[in-house]
Amino acid sequence: MRGPDVVWYLGVAGFLFCTGALGVLIRRSPLIVLLSLEIMLNGANLALIAFSRHYGRGDGQIFALAVMAVAASEVVVGLGLIVAIARRRLDLDVDKLSTLRG
Amino acid sequence: MIVASFANVLVWAIWVLAAFACVGTGIAVISFSNPFYSALCLIGNLASLAVLYLLLSAEFVAAAQVLVYAGAVMVMFLFVIAYLGGRADAPWAGGPSWQAVGAIAASAALFVEIVVVIGLKTSGRLSDSAKLHSAYGSPAEIGRLFLTDNLLAFEITSIVLLVAAVGGVILGSHSREHPVEGVGQ
Repeated sequence: MRGPDVVWYLGVAGFLFCTGALGVLIRRSPLIVLLSLEIMLNGANLALIAFSRHYGRGDGQIFALAVMAVAASEVVVGLGLIVAIARRRLDLDVDKLSTLRG
Repeated sequence: MIVASFANVLVWAIWVLAAFACVGTGIAVISFSNPFYSALCLIGNLASLAVLYLLLSAEFVAAAQVLVYAGAVMVMFLFVIAYLGGRADAPWAGGPSWQAVGAIAASAALFVEIVVVIGLKTSGRLSDSAKLHSAYGSPAEIGRLFLTDNLLAFEITSIVLLVAAVGGVILGSHSREHPVEGVGQ
């Protein structure tokens, strides 16, 4: 395998995952929280594809494609919720959105 | 021999560029106060990840990454951000500062844990990767795997997408109790 070993890719994947986790924990805007979730999913995807390359089998890539589809679904539902929240003139702040109805 | 080592150096250089772009744009996403800039940085993050996928010879996944994420998901994000009018919030807005400190400590601990586990459990074992057959990562190979060994995952994925589409339509439709101003009956 030319270039860096799989371990280096795993390091980048771990860093991406932690960056996304930090964004989810630290930000208040649900839009940024969704973007950070995308970063976490992409970190997991990078690890899956790195291991798929290491073992020379395609199953990890299949898993990564399934994760992509789940991420797309999550974005559809999440953005729908954000638009519904904004339409009711509520604050876009995950700390203030603590009750489902009221 | 010289050609092989030159290719090695070239792959290393591309890897370093893509990895640093990936890490930098990832940090930029969570530190911009304007969600529009965050979404633009996430597009850069996805593009550099696609380069890393290409280096791992996953051509189809790289193409799908650019098409699905940068082409569809991020366009939707940008539409919603434009619709909401870019309400900015500072990166450390709200909440006491011990929350920010705790969050940084928690994610730093997570990263240290990941690095330690990788270092302890995989030391040396991940150095020689398997030889690839020529079809690895090609659309034909992915399609064969999807429709033979992983058919159940394929069908479940399609059902998940269908449910998400229906849910998006229901969430987006105007509710009757809270009519929106300016919309006729």
